[in-house]
Amino acid sequence: MQEWANQLCENRQFGSKMTDSKYFTTTKKGEIFELKAELNSDKKEKKKEAVKKVIASMTVGKDVSALFPDVVNCMQTDNLELKKLVYLYLMNYAKSQPDMAIMAVNTFVKDCEDPNPLIRALAVRTMGCIRVDKITEYLCEPLRKCLKDEDPYVRKTAAVCVAKLHDINAQLVEDQGFLDTLKDLISDSNPMVVANAVAALSEIAESHPNSNLLDLNPQTINKLLTALNECTEWGQIFILDCLANYTPRDDRESQSICERVTPRLSHANSAVVLSAVKVLMKFMEMLPKDLDYYGTLLKKLAPPLVTLLSAEPELQYVALRNINLIVQRRPEILKHEMKVFFVKYNDPIYVKLEKLDIMIRLASQANIAQVLAELKEYATEVDVDFVRKAVRAIGRCAIKVEQSAERCVSTLLDLIQTKVNYVVQEAIVVIKDIFRKYPNKYESVIATLCENLDSLDEPEARAAMIWIVGEYAERIDNADELLESFLEGFHDESTQVQLQLLTAIVKLFLKKPTETQELVQQVLSLATQDSDNPDLRDRGYIYWRLLSTDPVAAKEVVLAEKPLISEETDLIEPTLLEELICHIGTLASVYHKPPSAFVEGSRGVQHKRLPGSAGSGESVESPDTSSAAGLSEAPPAVIPSQGDLLGDLLNLDLTPPATTGPTPPPSSGMQLGAMDLLGGGLDSLPPIPLRTDTPQSPQLPHQSPSPPDYSPTELGGDLGGSPAMGAAFGAPPAVMPASFNAPVSGGLDDLFDLGGGVGMTMGAYSPPKTIWLPAMKAKGLEISGTFARRAGVIQMEMTLSNKAMSVMTDFAIQFNRNSFGLAPAGPLQVLTPLNPNQSIEVALPLSTVGPVMKMEPLSNLQSGRVHWEATLPACCLPAPVLVLIVDSVS
Amino acid sequence: MIGGLFIYNHKGEVLISRVYRDDIGRNAVDAFRVNVIHARQQVRSPVTNIARTSFFHVKRSNIWLAAVTKQNVNAAMVFEFLYKMCDVMTAYFGKISEENIKNNFVLIYELLDEILDFGYPQNSETGALKTFITQQGIKGQHQTKEEQSQITSQVTGQIGWRREGIKYRRNELFLDVLESVNLLMSPQGQVLSAHVSGRVVMKSYLSGMPECKFGMNDKIVIDKQGKGGATDEAGKSGKQSIAIDDCTFHQCVRLSKFDSERSISFIPPDGEYELMRYRTTKDIILPFRVIPLVREVGRTKLEVKVVIKSNFKPSLLAQKIEVRIPTPLNTSGVQVICMKGKAKYKASENAIVWKIKRMAGMKESQISAEIELLPTNDKKKWARPPISMNFEVPFAPSGLKVRYLKVFESKLNYSDHDVIKWVRYIGRSGIYETRC
Repeated sequence: MQEWANQLCENRQFGSKMTDSKYFTTTKKGEIFELKAELNSDKKEKKKEAVKKVIASMTVGKDVSALFPDVVNCMQTDNLELKKLVYLYLMNYAKSQPDMAIMAVNTFVKDCEDPNPLIRALAVRTMGCIRVDKITEYLCEPLRKCLKDEDPYVRKTAAVCVAKLHDINAQLVEDQGFLDTLKDLISDSNPMVVANAVAALSEIAESHPNSNLLDLNPQTINKLLTALNECTEWGQIFILDCLANYTPRDDRESQSICERVTPRLSHANSAVVLSAVKVLMKFMEMLPKDLDYYGTLLKKLAPPLVTLLSAEPELQYVALRNINLIVQRRPEILKHEMKVFFVKYNDPIYVKLEKLDIMIRLASQANIAQVLAELKEYATEVDVDFVRKAVRAIGRCAIKVEQSAERCVSTLLDLIQTKVNYVVQEAIVVIKDIFRKYPNKYESVIATLCENLDSLDEPEARAAMIWIVGEYAERIDNADELLESFLEGFHDESTQVQLQLLTAIVKLFLKKPTETQELVQQVLSLATQDSDNPDLRDRGYIYWRLLSTDPVAAKEVVLAEKPLISEETDLIEPTLLEELICHIGTLASVYHKPPSAFVEGSRGVQHKRLPGSAGSGESVESPDTSSAAGLSEAPPAVIPSQGDLLGDLLNLDLTPPATTGPTPPPSSGMQLGAMDLLGGGLDSLPPIPLRTDTPQSPQLPHQSPSPPDYSPTELGGDLGGSPAMGAAFGAPPAVMPASFNAPVSGGLDDLFDLGGGVGMTMGAYSPPKTIWLPAMKAKGLEISGTFARRAGVIQMEMTLSNKAMSVMTDFAIQFNRNSFGLAPAGPLQVLTPLNPNQSIEVALPLSTVGPVMKMEPLSNLQSGRVHWEATLPACCLPAPVLVLIVDSVS
Repeated sequence: MIGGLFIYNHKGEVLISRVYRDDIGRNAVDAFRVNVIHARQQVRSPVTNIARTSFFHVKRSNIWLAAVTKQNVNAAMVFEFLYKMCDVMTAYFGKISEENIKNNFVLIYELLDEILDFGYPQNSETGALKTFITQQGIKGQHQTKEEQSQITSQVTGQIGWRREGIKYRRNELFLDVLESVNLLMSPQGQVLSAHVSGRVVMKSYLSGMPECKFGMNDKIVIDKQGKGGATDEAGKSGKQSIAIDDCTFHQCVRLSKFDSERSISFIPPDGEYELMRYRTTKDIILPFRVIPLVREVGRTKLEVKVVIKSNFKPSLLAQKIEVRIPTPLNTSGVQVICMKGKAKYKASENAIVWKIKRMAGMKESQISAEIELLPTNDKKKWARPPISMNFEVPFAPSGLKVRYLKVFESKLNYSDHDVIKWVRYIGRSGIYETRC
């Protein structure tokens, strides 16, 4: 690298020929020294070459800051090229040498008065890039002049300089009134000045969300639209991006802006096109759907989007990521353009994968034949990721377009015949989903699947296969043998497979109890005794318990009919989608993440929303698209991607992902039953017959000292295998983790502890009191407590013990905000003073009308503050969840 | 906005580094090298996020250009800018290579200072840039005041792509209609997808500030005229008109006028530039048809027969015809027989390449090959990549015809008739594939 810096100067086509390579071969110290001498040379050419060498060294990362004074000395020159090089140097090193940078100020100020507009602009442009406070002070006056310069080139440079200055010292910019001058520039006669002023203002406004700085009103919008026709391609992008932030007053204004923006769709610059698309997509929301213009606009959007696909691959990628959003929001725009998304053999892999995604989104009954033929073609390609995705896509088509399911299945079977290992595995994973969508239809293929059992080495595929065997155990003659073969290496399997195997064998047992008793005992003991995995162990216990108590109930739970999985997959959550539509063309739309997810600081934290449509309420879809209807109304179940297989199998995602806070689960009745299974009649259980075979088990329940770290979906998932349980546990994902958090382990122990039937009043279960606040932490006040529901009222039951030496009085409690809006329904009633060594039982009725704030974990009741100057530590309170669930039922 | 711009050679050494924003630290330049250039796996995306910093990159031969930012920038704009940057550099010093970049690093810094200000792209038209950023150093000091203000008004002006006062003794213009025809055909000869993407490239050597108007056989225009004007002409030309799916224009074209009247009017840049791009999908003339026949004879032999048929006027000649027939990876030997041109098996490319210099319309030719295969244990089937074709034909496969290009220059004394105009049509193969 060092060499080229010297080559650079040797090979220069302009300037004098240098043969100074010897300087670069000497030691670093000498080199700097020589450069210093050259910089101070009398000969202009020599000076210039020396500065070039300095810049070259700077580029390759050498530290040439020692030459600062010498370089700055070269600044006073009428040679513009030399001046620019010195400026470049200054921009790089001024910050590290602020005191010396002051030396440059005079030249800057002088240059700002130069008769040559190019030099004036250069000076003000460079000055803004020097982030040294002392220099910024001197910048104000020249900047003020330049903002009003007669030459547009200087004004457009000065406009950007205001943004630079704002970045260094926002207060200064406001105090000096530059913002007003900048606003005035929006009315400038020169379109480029307008564009830069808009860009600068937009940037400044972003860091002042509520400043109303970009005071967009119909007059300014009109000015912007006029400038739009005249400025450079980049300027058009600035203006369009700014326009997208405006909310028109009514549909008429919206339409007139759309009309003036549509010509931009024919611009050669893809960014102009995408920004125009963004404005149109946003303003279209305000147009009535029955308007003719609305239809015209929809038609106009398709061709430019398709044209973007003939751009360079990098831009295609950006375009495809955006099209992916657009087809989710308005599938009608591109529904006839399937063919352009067909993958070309030479497309870069990132383009291929994106196209595939869009193909699935656009797949419909009308084009499914073509799509399938393509997908089959792709499944024979080289790139493993692409092939996998293609295979998966075939499965998704089957689920999405019912008419094609049969063909998809036969295509998948063909692919399985290829015996290409990863194709087979991927195919089995998707066939499992197809079974879930169309039960009792394609089970004839199971035999073929079973043939490939041995070749499966990926956990997801193994788990899928095991699920299939378990689910259809009654139709597979040798199901027990198949499952038994997996059992041999049980401990080497991944958790996913182990859990699945456990469930499958239990299913098998319930279907063919006579032959498989041994097998089920074997797996239960493997899961409960030999495994360290708490998920597995506890699922094992629950099955065990279930089977031993009431096989009929077990059958109902485990073999319950599962809800069908829905067709649309991988959809972006609607509010996020709306926000991303407002960010079309930007990085957010490429990442499919809101800007706040990847931008630091205040910028981009505001969440943008689409404007509400005029008249017709919130609905986005046009009447002719049924698939869009699912989009906003019933948020569909999503097939989780790899690694979340269990959730997938039992389809837990019944709730809209948008739901935050403690909305009670929509379904009812069932949950109570489910709870009862766990809680209700436990004390009247008959002895477990299996237990006699396994001597260890009686102690087992007490052997789980550490609170297991439950992963909610999985437990809920397999436990039930039933929609009821799925709903009870899975539905409110927000509430979920609570029920299995730390202190509940006590509760679980109780469940298994036959003798100790805790009082189960009214069928609702409340865990025993646990110590919330040890005496040591609160000057002697110990608080233990629990939550219960008594006569329909949620109560916090506490035992307050005075373990200090003095009397305690004046108790009061205050709740911080929590996830459930729990708040005291009345004051804390502790009438008597609490004497040393005395305990008192207090029951505090609670209401759920308090302020709600989502906590992590949700059950965290960063709770009360008992007035004894003791803050209850953030208690994880499990019980409220159970109480609440029951509550919502009644 | 763009926070910084780096140029690297293939080894990941920095050739150019310009930082525009304070939020981009000095380690950003290394982060890209380590995570992208030196990454073990093939790059899976042109946008990379490393520690909340986003990198956009494009590659030209073995040079990496990377733009870096920490904000939610307009991603499309960043890529458009990077391409533009490449165009500008090419216009200044030719091919983008390590050598050229090193030799012109001062110029590149100067350009970067001019066309990106605080990360906002500014006027990047080479026509305008060349008036004040030159390889001979800045003319600045020798310019008159008028010249200076002319430069600045051009750079910032409405017609930023053309300077005033251009004079030619001979006013001349060349129009090239360049089309690339894309096809994906099934083995059975069914067209899976076909489209033409075309460009109209203009070389203008015109004096003054000429106002131009370009007309072609656009179906919408012809139909519109047909309604108002003579019916027989409409009937005649209606047949020849073409349906354009979509078109985009150079920034000199008045888009609002195209939107309202569908007329293409503009003041052209001086010299060569791309006036418009368009895409058609209907009634495409497919110059060649490829009929493949692949037969697997046992496990160690393949027989391939490919027929190509030319499908255009017999008087026209296609050139540079090349048919590429992929062969399996385990090919051990190939025997080829072809009636016309030369065919060779290229082991390094895993393909039989059949070249024909010229071929007239309405002819056909064929090649047959026997491919010997090594027996393998590989269970994976050969993917059978499509047979691809390259060619060049002297007509526009979309059917596009230039109807007129009128030139008006009111201030100078030349008229439309004095301008010498040349039109040329070239149709090339884009991705022209037939699955086998």
